[in-house]
Amino acid sequence: MRQVAMPPGVQEVEQPQLRRSLSDRRTLISTLLSIVTGAMTVIACVPLFSVLLMLLWRGGVKLSWQLLTELPPTAFEDGGGFGNAIVGTLVMVGIAALLSVPFGILAAVFLAEFDPESKTAAVVRFCAKTLTGLPSILAGVFAYATVVLLTGTYSAPAGGIALALLMLPTVMLTAEEAMKMVPTRMKEAAIGMGCTRSQMVWRVVLPTALPGMLTGVMLAVARACGETAPLLFTALFSNYWIVQDGTPALMAPTASLAVLIYNFSGMPFENQIELAWAAALILVLLVLAINILGQLLSRRRI
Amino acid sequence: MRATPQSPKSQTSVESNGTSQVIIDCKIDNLYYGKFLAVRDSHIPIEKGDITAFIGPSGCGKSTALRCLNRMNDLVRGFRFEGHVHIRSQDIYASNVDPVVVRRYIGMVFQQPNPFAMSIFHNVAFGLRLNRYQGNMTERVEQALHGAALWDEVKDKLKQSGLSLSGGQQQRLCIARAIATEPEVLLMDEPCSALDPIATRRIEELMQELKQKYTIAVVTHNLQQAMRVADKTAFMYVDTSRGGRTGYLVEYGDTKELFENPAQEYTRQYIRGEFS
Repeated sequence: MRQVAMPPGVQEVEQPQLRRSLSDRRTLISTLLSIVTGAMTVIACVPLFSVLLMLLWRGGVKLSWQLLTELPPTAFEDGGGFGNAIVGTLVMVGIAALLSVPFGILAAVFLAEFDPESKTAAVVRFCAKTLTGLPSILAGVFAYATVVLLTGTYSAPAGGIALALLMLPTVMLTAEEAMKMVPTRMKEAAIGMGCTRSQMVWRVVLPTALPGMLTGVMLAVARACGETAPLLFTALFSNYWIVQDGTPALMAPTASLAVLIYNFSGMPFENQIELAWAAALILVLLVLAINILGQLLSRRRI
Repeated sequence: MRATPQSPKSQTSVESNGTSQVIIDCKIDNLYYGKFLAVRDSHIPIEKGDITAFIGPSGCGKSTALRCLNRMNDLVRGFRFEGHVHIRSQDIYASNVDPVVVRRYIGMVFQQPNPFAMSIFHNVAFGLRLNRYQGNMTERVEQALHGAALWDEVKDKLKQSGLSLSGGQQQRLCIARAIATEPEVLLMDEPCSALDPIATRRIEELMQELKQKYTIAVVTHNLQQAMRVADKTAFMYVDTSRGGRTGYLVEYGDTKELFENPAQEYTRQYIRGEFS
């Protein structure tokens, strides 16, 4: 390095201390804080992994193909499975998604693009936010009061409607956020090309926001899969397949994984309790699979 | 009624002088955003086959004026327009005119490159699809990409995302998208301000080529750019005398004339860099 010639009368400056030293207060605090955050992260992961381990340990032993294909056993019966509960969960979550996704996304289009600053939008947004905190049992009571009492039977559609009620706000709010993330200049470009407002939404905003919206849908679906309380009043449970002798029995009590876990875990029979553990593992794997799917879909970008 | 010394009355004659044809006659009397008077008394004719540059300091309303030409300002809340914009003697601000249709006849290129999040091909084909173009789509897309001097760089990756290109390429993609539908007029709102000097030079060269086919109106911050590319230049300035910040046209004329021998004192000072 070249030394800059010092003007006369200026003293050579002392070499600054550049090495890291733990005795420095700043370094000490920084190191301590790093350690604390690391430790907290590990502690936060403990419950998550212990639940997973517990499920694998208790539920994993019983895991077999017949679990997925057979009907639940009766009181003193051995073996059996919960194929009907898996189908029931998928059917009800499917109904819920079919209801909540179109409604949620169209409402989000209004909130994000058509009239974001209107009174209506503000009220709708507020309601949706309130609804995200709605105790899930209330969704069940609501569906009971409307669908079950009206149709006179517990059914998969009733369960689906209760779940849709829980999914709707999540789908709507995440879709709105995703659409707001679409850069204004892209929207301007669409208008500049001579798009009407709806063409802009259909051709530019929705395709661009799709990955974000899918993430929201997947989150909502994953949550709905695990809900028990809303199904207790609406779908109840059943020991039979939803399709019997080739005819779908939609308007009848329907089994679901969550309710099966709830029912069986309280029974005094070893076999049922083991089944409940296995069902819990399957449910978690299902949610995991949905989340991974959501991640994959949201990563796909053109 | 305008007693201020910078009265636009004395600007050079803007009427068509017989040899060239005015394709857009833009006359802004008063342009408001809510209560705010943004632009006043600006009469800018855009002549066919020319590049017309809008120059002036920030906030002088040059972008606003440009955005009047395809009614992009309609999107701004509280926008109100007094005056007229005649395109081939049809007033685009007439009550029976659909702004959406107007925008299909006038291409626009923005300050920030803004390709859609779709493939290069679909970006260029966007306007054609919008207009339900029935002919050979692939051919027109290729033509437009040639026209925007981008073909050689992207011909092997038309399926890739438009967003994967560099800034300068993205801007040329946007130009290709705009010219794919062969509009008569191309509006460019500071098309080079987000680009580096090399990309800027490419766009400027491109503008000279596009001029053969299209009429161009360009807003620019860069005086040298106006000098290099424009045939006609409109200099706008901000009037703060009445409290607000209102833009107005100070001088309009041939670029060479305006830069070498400006008629207005303000123009001369601005060009000399005495203020900006």
